[in-house]
Amino acid sequence: MHFLYTVLIDPFVQIAGDPRFFVEVLTGGLLTGVMYSLVALGFVIIYKASRVFNFAQGTMVLFAALMLVGQMEMGAPAWLALGTTCGVMVGLAFAVERLVLRPMVNQSEIILFMATLGISFFLEGLGQLMWGGDVHTLELGIPSGPLTLGGILVNKLDLVGAAVAGLLVTALALFFRWTSVGRVLRAVADDHQAALSVGVPLKVVWVIVWTMAGLVALVAGIMWGSSLGVQFSLSLVALKALPVLILGGFTSVPGAIVGGLIVGATEKVGEVFWGPALGGAVENWFAYLLALIFLLFRPQGLFGERIIERV
Amino acid sequence: MKAWKGAIGVVAAAVAAGLLVGGVAEAQNEQFVPRLVYRTGPYAPNGIPFADGYADYLDLVNARDRGVGGVKITYEECETAYNNDKGVECYERLKHKGPTGASWVDPLSTGISYALLERTAADKIPLIMMGYGRADASYGPVFPYAFTYPATYWAGADAIIQYVGSQEGGLDKLKGKKIALVYHDSAYGKEPIATLEKLSQRYGYQFSKFAVAHPGLEQKATWLEIRRLRPNWVLMWGWGVMNSTAVKEAAAIGYPMTHFVGIWWSASEPDVEPAGAAGKGYKAANITGVGAKFPVIQDILKYVYGKGGGHATKAKVGEVLYDRGVVNAIYDTEALRIAQARYGKKPLTGEQIQWGFEHLNLTAGRIKQLGAAGLVTPIHVTCTDHEGGGDVKIQQWDGHHWKTITDWIKPHRRMLWEMYKASALAYAKEKGITPRDCSKVEAAAK
Amino acid sequence: MFYREAGEFKTSYAADQAIFPIAQDRIALVVLVLAAYVGVPLIANGYWLDAILIPFLVYSLAALGLNILTGYAGQVSLGTGGFMAVGAFSAYKLAIGFPHLNVVLVIVIAGLIAAAVGIVFGVPSLRIKGFYLAVATLAAQFFLVWLFNRVPWFTNYSSSGVISAPLRAVFGRVYITGAEASSVDKYLFALTTVSLLALAAKNMVRCATGRAWMAIRDMDIAAEIIGIRPLATKLTAFAVSSFYVGVAGALWAFVYTGTVEPLAFDVERSFQILFMIIIGGLGSILGSFLGAAFVVLVPVLLSNAPGFLGLSIRVATVTNLQSIIFGALIVFFLVVEPNGLARLWQVGKEKLRLWPFPY
Repeated sequence: MHFLYTVLIDPFVQIAGDPRFFVEVLTGGLLTGVMYSLVALGFVIIYKASRVFNFAQGTMVLFAALMLVGQMEMGAPAWLALGTTCGVMVGLAFAVERLVLRPMVNQSEIILFMATLGISFFLEGLGQLMWGGDVHTLELGIPSGPLTLGGILVNKLDLVGAAVAGLLVTALALFFRWTSVGRVLRAVADDHQAALSVGVPLKVVWVIVWTMAGLVALVAGIMWGSSLGVQFSLSLVALKALPVLILGGFTSVPGAIVGGLIVGATEKVGEVFWGPALGGAVENWFAYLLALIFLLFRPQGLFGERIIERV
Repeated sequence: MKAWKGAIGVVAAAVAAGLLVGGVAEAQNEQFVPRLVYRTGPYAPNGIPFADGYADYLDLVNARDRGVGGVKITYEECETAYNNDKGVECYERLKHKGPTGASWVDPLSTGISYALLERTAADKIPLIMMGYGRADASYGPVFPYAFTYPATYWAGADAIIQYVGSQEGGLDKLKGKKIALVYHDSAYGKEPIATLEKLSQRYGYQFSKFAVAHPGLEQKATWLEIRRLRPNWVLMWGWGVMNSTAVKEAAAIGYPMTHFVGIWWSASEPDVEPAGAAGKGYKAANITGVGAKFPVIQDILKYVYGKGGGHATKAKVGEVLYDRGVVNAIYDTEALRIAQARYGKKPLTGEQIQWGFEHLNLTAGRIKQLGAAGLVTPIHVTCTDHEGGGDVKIQQWDGHHWKTITDWIKPHRRMLWEMYKASALAYAKEKGITPRDCSKVEAAAK
Repeated sequence: MFYREAGEFKTSYAADQAIFPIAQDRIALVVLVLAAYVGVPLIANGYWLDAILIPFLVYSLAALGLNILTGYAGQVSLGTGGFMAVGAFSAYKLAIGFPHLNVVLVIVIAGLIAAAVGIVFGVPSLRIKGFYLAVATLAAQFFLVWLFNRVPWFTNYSSSGVISAPLRAVFGRVYITGAEASSVDKYLFALTTVSLLALAAKNMVRCATGRAWMAIRDMDIAAEIIGIRPLATKLTAFAVSSFYVGVAGALWAFVYTGTVEPLAFDVERSFQILFMIIIGGLGSILGSFLGAAFVVLVPVLLSNAPGFLGLSIRVATVTNLQSIIFGALIVFFLVVEPNGLARLWQVGKEKLRLWPFPY
């Protein structure tokens, strides 16, 4: 009885009793959610155009951040380090296309998924071999620290993260909508074979999407790295992106943002108001459970393409 | 493709050839120490300095004193990546190395020490959990081969509460104060809860706990709750990336750093450096001193680094976890010295060295001789007491370095001891172990 | 030359339907079983038994379980670690709560409990498919590990929240858990369990149940139309798979490490086992073993290699190189044979049949 009270009634009493705190939790959750979206975006870009669920996205975040911070520690100015890192990510995209995707064209999704695991191991080893396993502090002059907005406390870094994510999504959306490359990417996403038959070079498309995913990984790496320090654990943020993906759908750029917002908000609200009744640390599965229930009603995610089954 | 296959074939053949030839003949007057380390993976920032410190001290003993009692110390590192099954694999791989097998093992991981607890007892190899692992393994009769010196998490919790009390103007002033614990949601993080709850009954402070899900990248919810609760003190049992995130989040809600105290695994440079200036004022308990000023550390710089050796870079010597590695090696080699006094100056087995550990009485005088006064806390390990009654210091981050800010604090062991014993006996009952009778062990030794 | 079936005639349906229809395969199997039961205990030392062969067997069993679900029934799951934890923790509770219950029964019941939990988490598979299902099973993974971490009843109120297997014997003084158990006994117990369950799995996938799983995997709507009930079929797949995985978890806790904390079964474990079956071969019993061997043995071999070669490289470098080589090997094998090591083996056998005159 007491348990039912703490789960079903008490949280709402708390929310009603202190609405400002609720808004604060909600804001914090939404801002965190945007940070998750940053990682999820990389998954979406690749999956959309090539049907590859890229397990290595998390490692790419780590790898990009390590490349950047490693060069800066060696004394390179920020712009140069950024440039080189972008170059490395482009090179990586070419290598992945040539060595992994091209020989494995037409394989089933799960095999390609497995191949990205191989890439993940490779990058993990390479990144640490080059730059060591220590924590590196990333100082790009991004503001951080508490800020009070209308009585609500937020972290400056989170605001910057939200702004960056917003810009990134807008840029991506515009890119997909208005450029010829974007049109090609959309065509490939709609139907591989039809795109191929009208002369879209699939290889080039793959290089482009992997490059884009690499650059998104760099941005995510900068944002997360500024807050956590650049260290191996950065690659674990990928786990946080997975429920975002199921909620938003694997193929939708806006879905990644909306999914991130939902996941961030619900997991924070769940943790703060329902966590104590359940013993705390519910964050990790709360988002997944939510996604699971959600999927029961909409198996393709929020913005996913409708699944049509034919015999 | 052909070239690939060829290359793999060559490597495979080479490995096979290596297998057939087997190990190289080993010199006999050597004592072998297996080193389970993690220099890669999510906890590498913490694993690297510890492993460096430990190895450097062994190098120092070999270079300056020609080993312990004339017996050279050899060691081999094996990478566990903080991974339990890799830890078991490393232990099994190294336990028969050297003329007398592994001398002892320090896994530096609570998970791996659990996995090795039974194996080491069966193999008669001492398992050293210096400030980690099961607190109740301090009860020697049930855990003959496990050692927890110089202080367990429970003792650490007590020491921190004592420090908090002293800051509030006496332990009696704790009444009505709010103390919160932020902990890693794992076996390790849960260790202090029972102690803190018990102490809250005694001193009347209000205790609340906040679990952080592994790995602890994201703690916004936890810290918003803390902001709402406004506790007078926040304690932390964190590990790896959770520490730096917590310090950062605490700063983000404007929590006063001087009222934020971590345990000794939340007390190193990698834990606070990513937080930058925000971490200034953060405090933590420690079982060792910090810095490079101690004569023993200077000796390492002179004899090891001065001769072009050394595992770390010179700048890292004297960091918290580096020093802790050195201290761990000091305790271990001292136990070896004591065992040698009884069994002779020759390579000893794990069983013989266990005797040394059980008679490890490291006095302040001996510590001074070792050049480690202020770095190492004196301990007196006996057959019953495998914790040895070590003390705890509190240190503070000044934005660039850790500074020790208190003298040694002595945990109240009487209460803890009852808890160790009860918990250990429950374990013994579950496992069907008959506790040793320590008076008989002592008599037999004489 | 030596491996061909010319001259072997089948005179009954039973002979025709045998698991190993070719005489040479049967001989090879007998040799393998003899080697595993007699040869290995004679030759292998503690390191090989405790640190390589026992984990290999436990991983194989878990991979076998997941392969039933993913390889045969087509339901991708990332909840394996969670179900292993269910097996481990129920085995522990049973062993402590009923000290007189034989350890074999304890492990079987633990498997059944895991099967029940598997059914519960299998229900969403009726609606959710493909990668969406994979991510949804992560809910099971995170929830179960959280549950065992959080509810002290599961660990008998141990202050550290870990479970430790008590001393138990299969019969007489043949201990398979606890400190007194010898490595050889533990190995033989694990080997027997895994062999029996592998045999059962092999037969299961050959009978109506297995055919129904495969029909669902290949196209569930079509399968439904020809009269296979998706609900029953998917849930039996989840149940059987979770039983295997649960037994593997119980073996992990009792026979392999002895003491376990819930984090030993975290999401990494789930991924690891999924990799085993993909690299080994989806929908192949042999593939589960090959995959487990690849994932367990290759890193061990790579980390031992510098020692064997007499090189002294710093461990961090070795580990990073190991990671790089391991990653490259995965890609390499998938490029050479996307259907896994089991398929590679099969191709090899086909070649061998015609050797040395392939035309």
